[in-house]
This record gives sequence, structure tokens and C-alpha cells, in this order.
Amino acid sequence: MCTSCSWARDFSTSTNGSGHERLPFSATDLRATLEMTETTFPSNAGPSILSVSRLCKDYSGTQAVDGVSFSVGPHEILGLLGPNGAGKTTTINMILGVLEPSSGAIAIDGCDLARRRRQALERTNFAAVYAPLPGNLTVSQNLRVFGMLYGVRHLHERMDAVMRQFDLLRFRDTKCGVLSSGEQTRVELAKAMLNQPRLLLLDEPTASLDPATARDIRAAIREFAQQTGVGVLWTSHNMAEVAAVCHRVLFMSRGRILLEGDPRTLPAAHGHATLEDLFIAVAREPLTLRRAQDEE
Amino acid sequence: MPVSLRRICALLLRQFYLLRGSPTRIVPLFSWVAIDIILWGFITRYLNSVSAARFNFVPAMLGAVLLWDFMARVMQGITTAFLEDVWSRNFLNLFASPLSVAEYLSGLVLISIATSAIGLAVMVGLATLVFGLSFFVYGSMLAALLLVLFLFGISLGIFGSALVLRFGPAAEWFIWPIPAFISPLACVFYPLATLPHWMQWLARLIPPSYVFEGMRGVLLHHKVAGSSLAIGSALAVFYLLVMARGFTSVYRHAVRTGLIARYAAETVT
Repeated sequence: MCTSCSWARDFSTSTNGSGHERLPFSATDLRATLEMTETTFPSNAGPSILSVSRLCKDYSGTQAVDGVSFSVGPHEILGLLGPNGAGKTTTINMILGVLEPSSGAIAIDGCDLARRRRQALERTNFAAVYAPLPGNLTVSQNLRVFGMLYGVRHLHERMDAVMRQFDLLRFRDTKCGVLSSGEQTRVELAKAMLNQPRLLLLDEPTASLDPATARDIRAAIREFAQQTGVGVLWTSHNMAEVAAVCHRVLFMSRGRILLEGDPRTLPAAHGHATLEDLFIAVAREPLTLRRAQDEE
Repeated sequence: MPVSLRRICALLLRQFYLLRGSPTRIVPLFSWVAIDIILWGFITRYLNSVSAARFNFVPAMLGAVLLWDFMARVMQGITTAFLEDVWSRNFLNLFASPLSVAEYLSGLVLISIATSAIGLAVMVGLATLVFGLSFFVYGSMLAALLLVLFLFGISLGIFGSALVLRFGPAAEWFIWPIPAFISPLACVFYPLATLPHWMQWLARLIPPSYVFEGMRGVLLHHKVAGSSLAIGSALAVFYLLVMARGFTSVYRHAVRTGLIARYAAETVT
């Protein structure tokens, strides 16, 4: 059994039977362990947490997303990469149900988003730099309100757990608006994990964090995925981060997926030394890559 | 889709947190209506002192001001709670959660009930204790009059919120004058017959005109035409349903165009 599955098994035995009590863990303590761990995706991951099929979004003739299909499995962290305007955030917004696709289908943990929106979104959560929590509420007030919106059971215990997990206990009565951007990001991540989602969408979650905090957060998210089986869709412009965290990446450009694969082997397979070089090539020469892909 | 009371209560709790920690939100709940009651209280006293007619202006005018302000407070209870989400750019967080539009609107209505009740209590206290307004003169019809105004206030609040959702944050300035726009047709201070014929037809399309005609009927003739109030009630329910449907349509448009996700953008398309 792979490491992550073993952790998941150990974790499941540590619950109190309700499935809602989770042992808090310190990202800092886990950092060293995670750095030694291979970023390998468990082979027995099971059915998809997220299934996106032929997704399109058309804005008055401009094709923002053009026939995108992919899936995210349990325990998997999938990187969604691409230059600005590639369609990453549009795709994430459609998965969050705040943007209606022109065509295509999205299923979250087996729930069709168009038909069973509430059930699908109860299993989902997200954090994004452009969606801060209301700054006029304190950390604990925000977590309580969003915990109720997501129908979190044993909310008080869950709030304590995520605040401990992201080192927010000392800020529990502080208004979010006066926190530093890094602290606000941690609050957003705490909210994102409050309902123990099956699918976690993270749009540049470490963009405003210092390197040390970013590394802790990456470790915490990876640990969360390994322990709980959550599927994670992660966007980032930090290629080193993507290579360290993601099991698989998708390169998007002009609304289409151009490449897909393991971030550690993909660059060499396309004649580039690093993921960043490959990213730049995709950003500058998307049509060349697309033609090559079509010929294959 | 089943409505979750817990999600509705989450919105109410959010508003409670905001009010609890903010005097700038609490004071407006009663300050403007208190000023209105004091101002019109003295005006009616003056009119009573100079009028040769044996007509008591206090229940006719001060009572009318109280009812009108109640409707405006109900409307503002909805729109202010909605604007809190505009000001804090919270739509993406809210509507990416399992919250439905029906639950969101229900939450706004509950918030409005709570906040308008505070305004109403202050107005009733001032009008009764300072200016001697007795609500017994309106009889049992008072509850019906208030209910029609409450329903129409909710409709106006949803209408104002839909405007802002559709046209962007700057459209906030459309909201505040809405009661003033419709006040000439509401016949708050004068009988419907005072209006020109064509305006009477327009006035008959809005529920407050039936309420204030009914109020004057009670004061002058000690009766109110039941059919008239029934029409006012039916219109109020009709507008409520239409506005709720309209808000849902605007929300769907915002989801189709991406405005919910990027609400700061002001797009009129």
C-alpha cells in the first residue's frame, strides 16, 4: 500500500466514528516528512472526484474555454497551468457554479452540477486570492457563517481544528480586514477546509505568502489530500511549487488543454529542461504545440 | 430544491455580527425615522392649532408618516443587507457555497423584519408618548395595513437589489430614491381623488394607495372598504412574486455572463 493510502487508513481509524473529527496537524512539523515523500499519485485512487466533460464557455463569440475535459481523482492534486487569460479561472468559476458553461458537463463526487447544484457544492470548497472573506467580520465569525452555509456538523470543533491547523487561534477575534495578506490567505484556506470537501479548488493559494509560509501551506494541503482523499485542482504560476505539489498537470492556452502529464517528466518529454521552460514555450507558441499534438 | 433554515440563519447571524460591532449601522436603523416623526409631529400639532376644522391631523398625517416610513425601512432592510455583500465583495464566496437564491432572499427578508421592527418600535414609541398618537383609532385594520406595506416594502427592496446586481455597485444610488419616486402615487397625505385622472390610474397599480385610502377611510368614516384592501393585498403579493422572479432572472443573467464571479466589474450588457 502506498504511503498516502496508509495515511488515509490510519486517519480513518482516528475519527470518533462520526467522520467529522479530524486530528489537527501542524504544517511545520510535516514539512520535513513531505519533502522526503515522493509526489506520486496512488494507483488505487478510485472513481473521479471531479469530472469535466467537453466544457465550453463562449462570451459573445470569444471562446474563453473550448472543449475542455479532465478529471481529478481522490488524493490527487491536479495542477491547472497556463498564461494569463488561458481560461483557468473561467474553468474554476464554472466548477464552482458561479459561471454557467455554454456547453459541457461537470460532475462533483458523482453529482451533476447543473442538476444537483446544492449536493455538488456541499462537497466542494475553494480559496482564491480574488475572493477574500468579508473584512468586517472576525476570523471566527466568518468561519461560523460559512460553516453554517456549508452545513458543517460539529461546527465549533471544526472551527477550532482548522484555526489550529492554520495557526489562526490567536486571530480568532480579529477582523479579517486588518490581517496581513498572508494571514488572510490562511483564513481563506481554513474556510476552504472547514466542510472537509471532496473537491478543493485553489486558485493561486500561495500567491501572497512568504516562501516559508507558502511551503507550510503546501505541506498542509498535500497532507489534507493524503489524509482525507480530497481531490485538489490547483492553479499557480510558481512552477517549482507545481512540480513539488502536483501529481499531474494540465497546460491550458486560449481555452484549450494543450498538454497533460507528470510535472517531473513532462518537460523532458517535450524537449525542455524545466517546467518553467515548458510553460514559457506553451505561453509563447501555443499554436505550434497544438499542431504537434493534433499530428500525434 | 429544499430550503435550509440553517443557511438562512447564517445570513441573519452575519447581519447580527455586523450590527453588534458597529454603531454606524445601528444608529441609522432608527435615527431618520425618529427625526421624521418628530418633524411631522410638530407640523401636525401646528396644523391642529391653526385649523378651524374639528379634524385631528395627528392620526391622519403623523400616522401616515409612520406607515410610510415603516415601508421604507422594510425596503432598506433588504437593500442594506444586500449592499453589505456588495461592499465586502462577498458574492463569489456566497454563491459558490450551497446557498440558493431562494435562501438568500429569505435571509434578506428575515434581516429586514428584524431591522424594520427596531425602526417601527422607535416610531411607535415617539408618536405615542410625545405626540399622543393612539393606534386604537385605526382599529383592527392596522395589522392588515402594515402587512400590505410590509409586503410591498419587501418587493421594493428586492427590486432595488436586482437593479444593483444587474448594473453594478454604482447603481446603489438608484435604490435610495425609490420611495420618493413612488410617493406621489402612494397618496400618503392626500386622497386619491386629488390626483389627475391619469395619475389615479397609475396610483391604483401600487398597493400603498389602497393602504392610505383605507387609513383615511377608518379615520373619517370609521370603516374601510374590504374589497379595496383585498385588491391592495393581492397587488402586494403579485409584486412580491414578480420581484422575486425578477431577482432570480437577474442572478441567472449574472451567472451566465460571469458578473457574479467578477462583481466589481460594472457591465451594462
